[in-house]
Amino acid sequence: MTSAIVVSGLHKSYGVTHALDGLDLEVATGEVHGFLGPNGAGKSTTIRVLLGLLRGDSGDVSLLGGDPWHDAAQLHRRLAYVPGDVNLWPNLTGGEVIDLLGRLRGGLDPKKRDELLRRFDLDPTKKGRTYSKGNRQKVALVAALASDVELLILDEPTSGLDPLMEEVFRQCIEEERHRDRTVLLSSHILSEVEALCDRISIIRKGKVVETGTLADLRHLTRTSVQAELASSPNGLAKLPGVHGLEVEGHRVRCEVDTAQLDGLMKQLAASGIKNLVAQPPTLEELFLRHYEDDTAEPALVDAR
Amino acid sequence: MNDFVGTSTLVRLALRRDRVLIPLWVVVFVLMAAGSAQASIDLYPDEKSRIEAATTTNSSPALVSLYGRIFDPSSLGELSLFKLTAFGALLVALLASMLVVRHTRAEEESGRLELLSAGVLGRYAALTAGLLVSGLTVVLIGLLTAVSLIGVGLPVAGSFAFGLVWTSAGLAFAGVGGLTAQLTEGARAANGLTAIVLGVSYVLRAIGDSSDGTAWVSWLSPIGWSQQIRAYAGDRVVVALAPLALLVVLVAAAYALLRRRDIGAGLVRPRPGPATAAASLRSPLALAWRLHRGSLYGWGFAFLLLGLVVGNIASNVDGFAGSESAKELIQKLGGVDGITDAFLSTEMGVLGLLASAFGIQAALRLRSEETALRAEPLLATGVTRSRWLSSHVLMALLGTTLLIVVGGLGAGISSGAELGNTGRQVPRLLAAAAVQLPAIWLVTALVVLLFGVAPKLVTAGWFLFGAFLLIGQFGSIFDLPQSVMNLSPYGHTPRLPGGDFSATPVVWLTVIAAALIVAGYTTFRRRDIG
Ligand SMILES: Nc1ncnc2c1ncn2[C@@H]1O[C@H](COP(=O)(O)OP(=O)(O)OP(=O)(O)O)[C@@H](O)[C@H]1O
Ligand SMILES: [Mg+2]
Repeated sequence: MTSAIVVSGLHKSYGVTHALDGLDLEVATGEVHGFLGPNGAGKSTTIRVLLGLLRGDSGDVSLLGGDPWHDAAQLHRRLAYVPGDVNLWPNLTGGEVIDLLGRLRGGLDPKKRDELLRRFDLDPTKKGRTYSKGNRQKVALVAALASDVELLILDEPTSGLDPLMEEVFRQCIEEERHRDRTVLLSSHILSEVEALCDRISIIRKGKVVETGTLADLRHLTRTSVQAELASSPNGLAKLPGVHGLEVEGHRVRCEVDTAQLDGLMKQLAASGIKNLVAQPPTLEELFLRHYEDDTAEPALVDAR
Repeated sequence: MNDFVGTSTLVRLALRRDRVLIPLWVVVFVLMAAGSAQASIDLYPDEKSRIEAATTTNSSPALVSLYGRIFDPSSLGELSLFKLTAFGALLVALLASMLVVRHTRAEEESGRLELLSAGVLGRYAALTAGLLVSGLTVVLIGLLTAVSLIGVGLPVAGSFAFGLVWTSAGLAFAGVGGLTAQLTEGARAANGLTAIVLGVSYVLRAIGDSSDGTAWVSWLSPIGWSQQIRAYAGDRVVVALAPLALLVVLVAAAYALLRRRDIGAGLVRPRPGPATAAASLRSPLALAWRLHRGSLYGWGFAFLLLGLVVGNIASNVDGFAGSESAKELIQKLGGVDGITDAFLSTEMGVLGLLASAFGIQAALRLRSEETALRAEPLLATGVTRSRWLSSHVLMALLGTTLLIVVGGLGAGISSGAELGNTGRQVPRLLAAAAVQLPAIWLVTALVVLLFGVAPKLVTAGWFLFGAFLLIGQFGSIFDLPQSVMNLSPYGHTPRLPGGDFSATPVVWLTVIAAALIVAGYTTFRRRDIG
């Protein structure tokens, strides 16, 4: 499988702020890739470098097989971008902006444009100034989705959309996936990422700290286990990857790194399991570990 | 009273935001007045030299229409400050109106005001705060200017009257700014409307000053009222009641409009537009044309009018030669033809300065598009940076060219019609207007260069423009060294009609402008967007 985006060792600083600190990112052709991270982690900065709007200080960036800084305009014809903050020209209508952006990208499909306008329930005759935030975002989304491009780069595209429109957006991305388009989707909305993305990358303080399928990432986190045993357990505290162990007579409660689940089960089985509840980590837990500062990280490192 | 809640908070916020800007302008105005008074006092030590200078001034149509009459030829104060009376009032009025718009409509447009309104903020708080800050600034300018003029040695009563000339004009136009801020949705458009009112006021005043028969026209103009206070020549301070009354009426109207409209909205509700783009809207240039054309139409119309008025005044030049001594003087200055040409060439210079303001403003659009994040989506399409930059640079360069052609044409047609030689005047004045272009382009090019090299400092383009303007207007009064005078591109423009044409400065100015633009391109292509 080829890669639509390959970034390695990317550094970018704004004066004293080190926004990107050796970022690595790989997005395979045809996949929907989620890009997550707390505020100020460097998502938008990465996307701007990918678009050749910013120049990285060091590191390699390849986009659709080219160099986004040097071949910006040629590469841009093959992609569509939806920025996080969409600002429109006050005296152009939404319809005019959609057509203009589409034409500058090399044309858009009028049938698809009309269909998207209908699905997103967007009035194209309003002037830029009179659109609400969500509607401005829809203008950019329709312009991007109606263009015939290989790659969609979306920076928090749903941050202003209501739940109904968010659902429409999900359907649209689903359809794009079936057309084998590549999508890089930066987002804070976990359910959206869970529903749409084949793989995700989590970025913190300018570095990608995790990347893989959701199943891969779940594997890296802890499962919580409660068990009632036939006899008192022993040797649990010495097992690798077991945390927060609480033993009350025959009852056991603990968390275990999912990779070490097998060892724990064997040990428990040795004492005879009468009852067992194992809870896989929720997605929220997974992300909170990365979004929270410091504490969670060391545990994660030894889990690897 | 609830409608005014939060005014004092907003005043403090505005004063904090403008803690550099306002003191800077106050100092500039005070120094300009005191410096120019001091220099003139040294220049005209006795009454005889003063009367001579004042008579010469009054018989020069160029000076009278540009700056106004000297009402009392023996008055030292008037002679010292005649260049700054109406013209200074114009600048103070511009500052006052822009301050009001900056703290009302601009805040509203950016959405910041809405954010604040969600807290405890009365409906009238922002407008009241804007008016107070602007009023405070012009009162301060008037008072400190008066004090500094007394310090230089001019009469006390006259100096306060002079301060009142500036303050009253400032207050009247603070009112105009307060009203236009209610009319339009955008601050840019509000400032544009105010500038039109200001321009018309100034031209009315110029027409009023140009002959005794038309003196009443001055009284149609708020700038004319301030001028008619006649500082150092009667000190008719009651005349200041007229601009003050205007302020009251305008402010009342502004409050009334404010009560009726929604936050963020203007007087005219935006109508729905086309659902699809015209086939022609398919390039950055087409977009730039859409963005600039409204302002270009307005400026073009103003230039046509200005050209026509200037040409018309030029044909009345012999009307200035009322007395025998004035006739003699005119003869010395090159006869009626010579003096008409001198007048026209001065006015063409003014057109050049005004067109530069358009050029700067159009080039600054690059930066505002970038900071409003509207450049980013375009640059993420197949549009190269050079093409995007070119679209706005072309609008600035071709726009200024268009303005100059329209202004020159207007002046040629109307002066030719009155003098009965249109066939000769039109090409002469077109040429006289056209030679202004290289300096205009150069100043515009400076903004393009700044945009590439130091995008955060692009507005310094206005400061450079202001510096060139001051060098040109007051350089000779202050006896600046020639090397400093040479810094202003406008000083190198051949003075046509009437003067000698030399290609060298014209070519050099054009070459430098081109080099600056190329440097702007190269640096812009290498820098980060944002
Ligand atoms: N133009 C700029 N000048 C200076 N610092 C900047 C600039 N743009 C971004 N930064 C800084 O770079 C870091 C990364 O910002 P970035 O916008 O990439 O974050 P993000 O991951 O997109 O955050 P969010 O989720 O809030 O959109 C932040 O610390 C931010 O303050
Ligand atoms: Mg962001």
